[in-house]
Amino acid sequence: MDALPDHMRPERSFQGFILALQRFWAEQGCVILQPYDMEMGAGTFHPATTLRALGPKPWNAAYVQPSRRPKDGRYGENPNRLQHYYQFQVIMKPSPPNLQELYLKSLAAIGIDSAIHDIRFVEDDWESPTLGAWGLGWECWCDGMEVSQFTYFQQVAGVECAPVAGELTYGLERLAMYVQGVDRVYDLNFNGREGAEKVTYGDVFLQAEQEYSRHNFEYADTTMLFEQFRMAEEACRKYLAAGWREGGNAKEHLMALPAYDQCIKASHVFNLLDARGVISVTERQSYIARVRDLAKACGEAWIHTETGRAV
Amino acid sequence: MPDLLLELFSEEIPARMQAKAADDLRRMVTDKLVAEGLVYEGAKAFATPRRLALTVHGIPARQPDLKTERRGPKIGAPDAAVQGFLKATGLKSLDEAKIQKDAKGDFYIALIEKPGSAAIDVIAEILPVIIRTFPWPKSMRWGARSAKSGSLTWVRPLHAITATFGLETEEPDVVKFSVDGVEAGQTTYGHRFMAPGAISVRRFEDYEAKLKAAKVILDPQARKDIIVEDAKELAFAQGLELVEDQVLVDEVSGLVEWPVVMMGSFEKEFLSIPDEVIRATIRNNQKCFVVRDPKTGKLTNKFVLTANIEAPDGGKTIVAGNERVIRPRLSDAKFFYETDLKTRLEDRLPKFEQIVFHEKLGTQAARIKRIERLAAEIAPLVGADVEKTKRAARLAKADLLTEVVGEFPELQGLMGKYYALAQGEDASVAAASEEHWKPQGPTDRVPTDPVSVAVALADKIDTLVGFWIIDEKPTGSKDPFALRRAALGVVRIILTLNRQLNLLEIFDEACALFPPRLPGEENTEAYAAHRFSQSPDSGPARSERYYVSQELLSFFADRLKIQLREQGARHDLVDAVFALDDDDDLTRIVRRVEALGQFLDSDDGKNLLAGTKRASNILAIEEKKDKREFDGKPDAALYKLDEEKTLAKVIERAKNEAYFAVGKEDFAAAMSAMAKLRPAVDAFFDKVKVNDDDPKVRENRLKLLNEIRAATRAVADFSRIEG
Repeated sequence: MDALPDHMRPERSFQGFILALQRFWAEQGCVILQPYDMEMGAGTFHPATTLRALGPKPWNAAYVQPSRRPKDGRYGENPNRLQHYYQFQVIMKPSPPNLQELYLKSLAAIGIDSAIHDIRFVEDDWESPTLGAWGLGWECWCDGMEVSQFTYFQQVAGVECAPVAGELTYGLERLAMYVQGVDRVYDLNFNGREGAEKVTYGDVFLQAEQEYSRHNFEYADTTMLFEQFRMAEEACRKYLAAGWREGGNAKEHLMALPAYDQCIKASHVFNLLDARGVISVTERQSYIARVRDLAKACGEAWIHTETGRAV
Repeated sequence: MPDLLLELFSEEIPARMQAKAADDLRRMVTDKLVAEGLVYEGAKAFATPRRLALTVHGIPARQPDLKTERRGPKIGAPDAAVQGFLKATGLKSLDEAKIQKDAKGDFYIALIEKPGSAAIDVIAEILPVIIRTFPWPKSMRWGARSAKSGSLTWVRPLHAITATFGLETEEPDVVKFSVDGVEAGQTTYGHRFMAPGAISVRRFEDYEAKLKAAKVILDPQARKDIIVEDAKELAFAQGLELVEDQVLVDEVSGLVEWPVVMMGSFEKEFLSIPDEVIRATIRNNQKCFVVRDPKTGKLTNKFVLTANIEAPDGGKTIVAGNERVIRPRLSDAKFFYETDLKTRLEDRLPKFEQIVFHEKLGTQAARIKRIERLAAEIAPLVGADVEKTKRAARLAKADLLTEVVGEFPELQGLMGKYYALAQGEDASVAAASEEHWKPQGPTDRVPTDPVSVAVALADKIDTLVGFWIIDEKPTGSKDPFALRRAALGVVRIILTLNRQLNLLEIFDEACALFPPRLPGEENTEAYAAHRFSQSPDSGPARSERYYVSQELLSFFADRLKIQLREQGARHDLVDAVFALDDDDDLTRIVRRVEALGQFLDSDDGKNLLAGTKRASNILAIEEKKDKREFDGKPDAALYKLDEEKTLAKVIERAKNEAYFAVGKEDFAAAMSAMAKLRPAVDAFFDKVKVNDDDPKVRENRLKLLNEIRAATRAVADFSRIEG
């Protein structure tokens, strides 16, 4: 770590911060994946978490996932609310006995020393109604700020986790703001350089926040979105139905991943519709249930695939 | 006698579960010990975020021996039966068995002595079962073992078990057992950050001391004391005062093993936000205490936090970090508050059209309209200005849609008041936003401003009538819509108000505001008869409104009884008044009970009660004997003695006076009228023999006794009064 040039240090640059986390978890045996190439509300939706959490085979992975929360857009005017932000996601299956210690070491790796910071594990039961998933764990506090979610998955996509996977989610911008000591997300130093070479988070994302807030709240084409939701749902069901094969003694599924992509799609389209305010309170529940049904059917398919099944 | 030390060391246990878990652990272990014949001297349990601990002292080293007799086959029974008996009892031959005679013949009896086990072995069997069946509100699986079914579940991953048993003077033994791969031993760990190393412990005394040396305060009460005392002192040192908060202390003490209390501050500009919003922000989100200036009673720009470590920089980083977190929180709160102020409350109302109050009771908008109309009806009855009341009712719920209330639901009502005042509403209209929710519980304040009273009554009665109409009444312990609380609230408001209201009329009014029922559930007489199980020929058909109102009134009568008993009224007096015809005026009922109580405290009252009881007793006996009732008017021609004639006259007069007084609701006068009965009743019992030889005279005298009973019913059913 000492050999790092200054501009790569986690407390100096956002990208250095991400690289430090990736390096740390790579050292722990995680495969470092790249973001999934679809819009999603949280890193948990990435098939490397949702689907890989299911089934008995060990799986350790870490990745950055851009997370889209259309409703959280503030036209770039709020110092810490964004409709697009980065989550850093770690999943370890089965959950290792020292996962808490590993997590604390990862904080040290990004410059948070638990000797002078007050780190706490505060109860937070995680539930995702759209994914048919729940787990127990904590929100992790650093000096009173929530910096991560720590969850032992008990059920995902309606399937019991056996064994249980441990999931860590870091809110990268918030943590980096803390480490860099800035109060406004757009002031984050992105590349660790100073003067003319310095690129801030605002340089990279401010315009996007303004444009997407406009899009999400005012102009997103709801006719198209309703249609897209319907199509994604239909496609998901179609691929699921087409994927089943009767093989040997067991049923086998050959298209869980493409089907699940459509579930991700439906979920994001729903979030956009929700941000546009065109879904009533009662309809909301039924849309969530429809996505959940897709997720469950995908989970069921996944545990009948090569990677997802027992032995 | 030996002691047991048990510690279950895990990842962080939710603060809200710790106290109950400690208690459950103590109860389960000690119950099981006693059930196994191991009667202990004392036990105490503790919890920290990472451990549950239990010490049980004075456990006998062994179970007592158990002697049991077991009856075998008859003498001369087939060999198979004999062999079975020997095998089951462990006897070598029948020579070791006793023979017992009874009516059915001679039987072999085996005397089995079961020597008690060593307590440590019993404990080793008890503990794994308790751990596996521990009643956590939510528990989980973890790690590689969770791949198999039947793996251990615990509130969070369980890492170590310490279990030792032995005498103070000796090196204790480890209680040998393991649960799903966690082996009991005598190793625990200190504070997560300040002393994470392994600690070897022997028994409770050194366990608690070693933990303290390793920066863990085991006793939750000790942690609470530190937090409260240090927080008060920090505030005091600055001439300020801690806003005490027991619930927060309980929670915070469950988040730290080593409480370190520090003070931080925030920008003074945030003090423009209402105090309650600042407090909710800092308390709910950051688990910090707020501090006020004792001179003004207003919050200051300070807060008190509780950290879990002693940091080498004296906590500077931690305080600065917390300040950095609180700032944007307060900034959000300020933004919410200021945003809310930009929209007038009435402009929020159309949104209620989209919000369903209850699927069978329609939208919030419909409900608000009903409340407004009902409140307008009630207003004149409680001395409230009708226009102000309507305005108050229309705005009272509007703050449900504000940002601040969305963020902090506990500030509902209060925010409505602030926003109403800010937009220039009349003070009593604004106050109703907050007051109409009251009373929230039996000890909560009751609204007194007439406008608030009218809206509070309308709100609660609309709720009650609505749920009665759709037949969602509380049953047993189930009361999901808090209808008992709502009714008790109405009762308390009316009693405090001390005004007479005819509840049946108000209920009827409230019923009428509901739209006709769904098809098939129309508000028809046939439906009402069906719903309220009236057979068609049991009298005139009535509307649903009638039955709902009647049922609701008796629900209220029960609440009133409870309330009066709570206030210390004698339950028998309450019953004596309620036994009369249904009265729908709660204030009148209460005044009756009060007047009756005062009357019965006087000599006249006591004697009249005794006389009435005597009359009732005689009547009861004679009615039973003759298998008939002695109602009907006595015949004046059959009076033989002066005392009879006097009594008859006095009864007539007292009854008339009492009913007249009751009619004027002058209950003291009614009681005085009753008091006039007393000398005549006393004289009657003194001089007159009821069971005269002449059956006609006897019947007439019994009828006269019945008249005493009937007369007293003008004020109460005396037969229900004790004493």
